[in-house]
Amino acid sequence: MATPAVADITAIRRQTTQTGDIVARLITLAFAASIILITLLLVWQLWFQSAPSRHKFGFAFLFSSTWNPVTENFGALPFVYGTVVTSILALLISVPLGLGSAIFLSELAPAGISSALTFLIELLAAIPSVIYGLLALFTLVPLMRDYGEPFLKSTLGFLPLFKGPVYGFGLLTGGMVLSIMTIPFIISVSREALLAVPREQREAALALGATRWESTWQIVVPYAKLGILGSIFLGLARALGETMAVTMVIGNDPKIVASLFAPGYSIAAVIANEFSEATGQVYQSALIELGLVLFLLTIIINGVARLMIVATTRKGSKR
Amino acid sequence: MKTMKMSLALAGLMMVAAPLATAQQINAAGASFPAVIYQKWFDEYHKMHADVQVNYQSIGSGGGIAQLTAGTVDFGASDVPMTDEQISKLAVKPLHFPSVLGGVVPTYNIAGVTQEIKFTSETLPGIFLGTITKWNDARLAKDNPGVKFPNEEIQVVHRSDGSGTTFVWTDYLSKVSPNWKSKVGAGASVNWPVGLGGKGNEGVAGTVKQTANSIGYVELIYAVQNKMAYGNVKNASGAFVKADFNTVTEAAAGAAKNIPDDFRVSITNAAGKNAYPISTFTWLLIPSHIPDAAKAKTIKAFLQWMLADGQKYAAGLSYASLPKEVIAKEVKQIAKIQ
Repeated sequence: MATPAVADITAIRRQTTQTGDIVARLITLAFAASIILITLLLVWQLWFQSAPSRHKFGFAFLFSSTWNPVTENFGALPFVYGTVVTSILALLISVPLGLGSAIFLSELAPAGISSALTFLIELLAAIPSVIYGLLALFTLVPLMRDYGEPFLKSTLGFLPLFKGPVYGFGLLTGGMVLSIMTIPFIISVSREALLAVPREQREAALALGATRWESTWQIVVPYAKLGILGSIFLGLARALGETMAVTMVIGNDPKIVASLFAPGYSIAAVIANEFSEATGQVYQSALIELGLVLFLLTIIINGVARLMIVATTRKGSKR
Repeated sequence: MKTMKMSLALAGLMMVAAPLATAQQINAAGASFPAVIYQKWFDEYHKMHADVQVNYQSIGSGGGIAQLTAGTVDFGASDVPMTDEQISKLAVKPLHFPSVLGGVVPTYNIAGVTQEIKFTSETLPGIFLGTITKWNDARLAKDNPGVKFPNEEIQVVHRSDGSGTTFVWTDYLSKVSPNWKSKVGAGASVNWPVGLGGKGNEGVAGTVKQTANSIGYVELIYAVQNKMAYGNVKNASGAFVKADFNTVTEAAAGAAKNIPDDFRVSITNAAGKNAYPISTFTWLLIPSHIPDAAKAKTIKAFLQWMLADGQKYAAGLSYASLPKEVIAKEVKQIAKIQ
C-alpha cells in the first residue's frame, strides 16, 4: 500500500543524502587539508635547504648588511629594507587611488561607464608582471629621472627621503611600479565589497538627511570595511612577492640608504637574479634562507594587520 | 586471433624500436654565452650524421656544472673553468675542452662624446671601485687627449645576475688592480662597491643607453650585434686594443705557450702586442670516461669536427675562433676520453 512505500523511499533518500553529505564533506576537507599540507611542506623545505647558511650565520643573518658572494658573507637586512619600503610605498599610493576608484565605480558612476571601466581594470590585473617591468623600464624610469624625482627634490628636498642623486632607477620607482600592479586588485575587490552593501543602508542614510558623499563615506565604506581590507592584503601580498617588474627598475644595489631616490634591492629580485648561478652550498642556502625570511615577513605583516583589524572592529562595535 | 594480435603488437613495437636502436640522443647543458654557436654546430653535425641528435639546454654555466655533477647530462658547458672543489664532487674526472673565445667590452654613454675612449688598468678599476667619480678626472683625460669630457658623475652599471661575463670582467680587474682584488675579488657575482645592476647583457645595455654619463660592460658579441659604442683597453704590452675577433684570438695565442694541460686557464691580461686583455675561453666539460661506447665514439668524433671545421662558423656568428696552438693541444686531449 502507499504508506509503507513512501516511508521506504523517504528512508532510502535520507540514507543516500547522508552518505552524499559525508562524502562531500570528506572530499572538501581533503582539499582544504592539502593546502595546509603544501604550505607546511614549503616551510619545511625552506627550513631544511637553508641549513648550511643558518648554521653559519645564525640570527646575525637578519641584521647583517653585507652581501658578498666572493667571501661568502651574507646578510638579509638590505633586502628586507628594500622589500618593506617598496611595498609600503606601493600601498601608500595604491590604497587611496584604488579605494577612490572603487567608490566612484560602485557608487557615483553611471552603470555603463562603471561596467566598461571595471572590465578594463580586470584586464589590467591579468597583465603579466614582466610587461609591467618593461613598461616601467622604458617609460616610468625616464619620466621619474627627468621630471618626477627632480620635482620632488626641489620641493621636498629638505627631507632625507628626497636627498641625493637622481638615477631614475631606485626605491621610489620600484614602489611606483608596484602600486600600478596592486591598484587593479584593490579596485576590483573593493568594488565588489561596496556593491554588496545592502541598499537599505544607503537609503537609510539619505533618508536621515546625509549628502551622497556622507552616505558613501560614513555608512557604506565602513560597512564594506572587511572586504576593502581584504583587497589591501591581496595587494600587499602581490607587492611583497613581486619579482620581475621590481628587479627591472629598482637598481639592484644591496645597500641601505635613507633616500628614496637611491637604488635598492628586494628579496624576490635577488633570488631571481642570483639563484641559477649560485655556486657553493653556503651561497645557495643563503638565498633559500632569504626566501624563508620573506615567508616569515609576509606572515608577520599579515598577522599584525589582522590584529589591527580586530582591534578596530571591536572598538567600532562598542559604538 | 590472439596470436595475430600478439604478432601485430610485436611488429608495432619493432617499428618503433628500430629507429630508436640506431639514433643517438645526447644531452648537454650549460653556458648561455656560446649557446648560439653550439646550436649551430649541433645542427650542422646532425645534417652530416643524421643519427646523431644533440639536445643543448642553455641554463647558465652554474647550471651546466650542476647537471654534469648530478649526471643528468652527457656533457656540460661553462664560461668559468671548474674549481678543484667542484671537480672533486664528480665521480668521473671531467676534461675541459675550450670551444670558442669571447671578450667583454666597456660600453659607455657620455654626453657630447662621440670618439672611442681609451681605458687603462688604472682607470677601469678606479671607475668600478668608485675612486674615479667624474668623467673629467685627470686620469681619464691623460689617456684621451682631445676628448672633451663633461664635468659629470660617472654612473656605473654592472650585472645583477650571476654570469660568466662578470667573472671575466672581475678576473681582469683583480689581475691588474691589487686594490680591487682585496676589496672585491673575482666571481660570477660580487659585492659591487658602486653602481646599478641590470639583468643580463640586455639589462646593462639598456640601462647604459638610458642613463647619461654611464659606463657598463657587455659581451663583445652583444656589442657588435647591437652596434654599441665600446672603448679600447690597454693591454699588458702597453698598446690600446679594441676588441674584435682577431685581438681576442691573439690573447688566446699569447697565453697558449703557458696553457696548462687541463686547459683550466684565465687568459685575461694576456701577453701579446695585439692581444685584447679581457678575453676568455668557454669550455665544454666532457667526462673522461663515458660508459656508453657508441656515445663516446660520437662525442669524440664531434670534438674532432668542432676543432677543425666547426671553427669556421665562429666568425659568422660573431665568436672568435681558437688559435691553432690551442687546437693542436686539444686534439691530443681527445684521446683521453675512454
